[in-house]
Amino acid sequence: MTELKLPSLNYAALAPIMIMLGVALLGVLVEAFVPRRLRHVVQLTLALLAVLAALTMVVLNADDRIITAGQALAVDGPTLFLQGAILVLAAMALLLIGDRSVERGGAFVAQAAVTAESADDRRQAEGRNGLTEVYPLTTFAIGGMLIFVAANDLLTMFIALEVFSLPLYLLCALARRRRLLSQEAAMKYFLLGAYASAFFLFGVALIYGFTAGIPGRGAGVDFATINAAVTESPASPVLLFAGMALLAIGLLFKAAAAPFHVWTPDVYQGAPTPVTGFMAACTKVAAFGALLRVFHVAFAGAAWDFTPVLGAVAVLTMLVGAVLAVTQTDIKRLLAYSSIANAGYLLVGVLAPGREGLSGTMFYLVAYGFSVLAAFAVITLVRDEDGEATHLSRWAGLGRRSPFFAGLFTFILLAFAGIPLTSGFTSKFAVFGPALDGGHAWLVIAGVLTSMVLAFPYLRVVVMMWLSEPGESTPRVTVPGGLTSAALMIGVLATLVLGVAPAPLLDLATGAADFVR
Amino acid sequence: MEETVHYAEATGLLGSVWLLVAIPLVSAAVLLLLGRRADRWGHWLGVAAIGAAFVLGLASFFQLRGLENKSVELSLWDFIAVGDLRVDFGLLFDPLAAVFVLLITGVGFLIHLYAVEYMAHDAGRRRFFAYFNLFVAAMLLLVLGNNYVMLYFGWEGVGLASYLLISFWYERPSAATAGKKAFLMNRVGDAGLAIGIFIMFATLGTTQYDEVFNGVAGLAGSTVLVLGLLLLLGATGKSGQFPLQAWLPDAMEGPTPVSALIHAATMVTAGVYLIARSNPIFSANSTLQLVVVSVGALTLLIGCIIGAAKDDIKRVLAWSTVSQIGYMFLGVGLGGAAYALAIVHLLAHGFFKANMFLGAGSVMHGMKDQVDIRRFGGLSKYMKITWLTFMMGWLAIIGMFPFSGFFSKEPIIVAAFERADWTAWLFGGAALLGAGLTAFYMTRLFVLTFHGPKRWTEDIEHPHESPALMTIPLVLLAIGSVGAGFLLATSVPDWLTATAGLNAHEEAHEPVLSHAVITVLSLLVTVLGAGLAWFLFRAGTATAPQPAGVLVTAARRNLYTDAVNEAVFEKPGIFLTRALVFLDNRGIDGLVNGLAAAVGGGSGRLRRLQTGFVRSYATSILAGALLVMAAFLAVQAGWLA
Repeated sequence: MTELKLPSLNYAALAPIMIMLGVALLGVLVEAFVPRRLRHVVQLTLALLAVLAALTMVVLNADDRIITAGQALAVDGPTLFLQGAILVLAAMALLLIGDRSVERGGAFVAQAAVTAESADDRRQAEGRNGLTEVYPLTTFAIGGMLIFVAANDLLTMFIALEVFSLPLYLLCALARRRRLLSQEAAMKYFLLGAYASAFFLFGVALIYGFTAGIPGRGAGVDFATINAAVTESPASPVLLFAGMALLAIGLLFKAAAAPFHVWTPDVYQGAPTPVTGFMAACTKVAAFGALLRVFHVAFAGAAWDFTPVLGAVAVLTMLVGAVLAVTQTDIKRLLAYSSIANAGYLLVGVLAPGREGLSGTMFYLVAYGFSVLAAFAVITLVRDEDGEATHLSRWAGLGRRSPFFAGLFTFILLAFAGIPLTSGFTSKFAVFGPALDGGHAWLVIAGVLTSMVLAFPYLRVVVMMWLSEPGESTPRVTVPGGLTSAALMIGVLATLVLGVAPAPLLDLATGAADFVR
Repeated sequence: MEETVHYAEATGLLGSVWLLVAIPLVSAAVLLLLGRRADRWGHWLGVAAIGAAFVLGLASFFQLRGLENKSVELSLWDFIAVGDLRVDFGLLFDPLAAVFVLLITGVGFLIHLYAVEYMAHDAGRRRFFAYFNLFVAAMLLLVLGNNYVMLYFGWEGVGLASYLLISFWYERPSAATAGKKAFLMNRVGDAGLAIGIFIMFATLGTTQYDEVFNGVAGLAGSTVLVLGLLLLLGATGKSGQFPLQAWLPDAMEGPTPVSALIHAATMVTAGVYLIARSNPIFSANSTLQLVVVSVGALTLLIGCIIGAAKDDIKRVLAWSTVSQIGYMFLGVGLGGAAYALAIVHLLAHGFFKANMFLGAGSVMHGMKDQVDIRRFGGLSKYMKITWLTFMMGWLAIIGMFPFSGFFSKEPIIVAAFERADWTAWLFGGAALLGAGLTAFYMTRLFVLTFHGPKRWTEDIEHPHESPALMTIPLVLLAIGSVGAGFLLATSVPDWLTATAGLNAHEEAHEPVLSHAVITVLSLLVTVLGAGLAWFLFRAGTATAPQPAGVLVTAARRNLYTDAVNEAVFEKPGIFLTRALVFLDNRGIDGLVNGLAAAVGGGSGRLRRLQTGFVRSYATSILAGALLVMAAFLAVQAGWLA
């Protein structure tokens, strides 16, 4: 039996991940030992402190360019940038999750196990404090995402995928109102997520087979080995391409790219709105972080082969997202399709070659995350006694009732539509520019055309809010407490600042745009 | 390429010429923003702002006199920096700009002072002064900019301010219409100027004066011609020259100080400034110069003929402005030394025309705002100061020795005769004929207003002289009308030769008639015209329109130029609008609506695929997965690659 060699661990580089997972475990203990009435405050504080501490470590590690834990994790520029992005966006999402001023008891169910629509269910909806298990679940998910963007081999990546997916499935089921919809969303997300994971795992197996037999190297699924195998392996390339396709499917599912997007509208609609925001912002960052690493590091040698296929997926994604957004009547579903279309734009960035493409994509992820979280923050505020009023007809005339919040939402929608002086414009510019330079004009043309289509549903909401008379059923906007206000204002300000002065963040992204191999 | 135009850096006091623009602008902003709170003292702030600008302008002028290179440039900041286009927010203070600054702020100050009293009973006096200051600021920006974009900036500012001032009494339909007419006709010219600036950028890559002037020698002749014609179109719009002259007389609907400031002393001179400033472009092409001269000669005759048939005191003066600016265009078009002559005439005209407009205002003030000269007469006994000052203006404009008009107009007539070919007779003759006609209609105006029997309407019993605040500016301007001509004619041409790029030493041809003969001739036609008018109108005139011959009827109807405008601009404009609306409704909207319907329909159909069943989602994912795998394998097999 060969001697088992322990890999060396760089604890400082791994600190953000360990802090998040450690605090998640601590959160489980808090659930067990801290009195019920204190749990909310303790859990929220713990989670926010953990995010802050992890973010501090990311900043302190800013110059790291290393591979540690025996080839399993790469802590380099893109990892650190994306980890920082996930943590900042997660902090905003935590603020939304922790808010209990908009709805008594918070957005989460007090007792998840009671039968939906029963008398017990109605009683719990009337203001008992929500579950505090959401905090450890969220911190676990964040921890998983941090690993996901750092993973340097396919097995670690798969484990990270499961670590952040499983808590998300649960979180989706925890909406306080419309329990059935929420449970249905969770169920669908879980089934389809498991299905997609299977594709991913199958892909890993095929790739492992492909790497066997390179002269002077053992088989493996770490990216350096795969990279070498792409050019040197004597195995049949069918293994490589089938494996690459299956891996891509698993990742594109998380990224909500067509035709693997089908879960997105249902899940976005059913999940509690703060969780939807969390998924739309952070899961996107994680999924695209992994896509970038897999295709830019592991399969860099096959770029000529995967670009046409992924490009076609990108165009299809943009088209599906934009065209289907046109006829949506529910604001959360509308944003779900908008998120799908944005996945298409991000794929354009993934396919754009060189540093500029990479940095543009990372910039886009951050900018979009801020805007989408702010958008969902506004959605939590527009409500009546039955909870959030998400049907678009209810938003008619909102501008007359609550000009301030309608104004903020208008600004965010204009940002989504890519109007200059918002981050929506600068970020599209950041991905389309390098794509054009890289010779992918067809992707940019598709992107611009679908952006025009997509502007219609956004502007329709704007028109409804401002130019319609408020009806009987137009809800009032709840004046939010500190947490939601903070998240909302951070999102709106970031959308504005990144639109007016994108240079600092772009420089940061460009400085970080180098993978270690 | 050899640099013929070079500007020095601004130093010392000249570093603060930007204040010339900033002071009136800030004053205008204060007056507009404070609103009613500034009603009691706002007009004095407006007067003080222009006074301060005048003092600063005078100080800068003396500073400039002591300098070696009399063209100083002040770059404030990068105004526009997009791609290859670099536009400075920069100012240029040189002899040409300096004389304009002095004219605008000096005459402007007197008119402001006059307006304090004239507008005393108007509820909107503060607003009036705000617009007035805005106008002066825009005009100063126009003459001080160091590139064509800055000029355009001021140009549009002047257009805006004039619109606001002409329709100042916006509750009167005639004033609102006149404001609109001025604005629209100016737009036609402005479009020409804008396209001219685009051409400069397209061919020379710059809009800075020095770079444009240095580069113009390298341009093709046709390019220069087109560029010059576009600039000329802009100039004719702002200066009320043929074919865009129709707005200027209508613009008399504004308060009289507006007429004096905008339509006598400053705004209408913007076109002359533009051509004088751009003289390296105009000098580069003789066809271009011929066009400018023709426009000038034609306009000066049109102005004279129509002016002789009008009965409204302000409209006669307005048409005389059109005619006098025609002289200036004639001068700048002749090129060479005549550039300076045109500027001299412009300055002299600024004084005597402001003088007469304010005098007309004073008459109206005493006659209950009536303007019909057929219902005046005999006012010399009742308004002594107005009468005497107006007389100075009258003698100046008809070019009587030794008043200023003689020194400024007569050299232009001489210059018109100094051409090499038969055109000397054409343009010289036109200028000479214009002088005679000017003497005729201005004398008619003067005699009918101040002399002869009273023909007043019944409600006027005892006209009164205006208060001191109105007469003091009149007196000062009258002094200018008398004395300025000689001073200007002897000093300004030398002063202007220091303007970089202004080539005033071009070799002149011998005039076809001797200098002395022309001088005698021009004095002779002046005396003849004035004498004829005096003889005809010394006993007054009928108080109602009389039947008249073809020429007079035509002149009363502005020589049918309005009808021409209607046929050339309005009718095709309306047709074009209708055609575009049709195209937009049927073609473009149809296309857009069709596309939108297609997208919407597609969206509705695709939406049905979103069934809500996990099984169908899983199926679609499987189908997608198969497709992606197939695609990858196809790529691998080299089918697509």
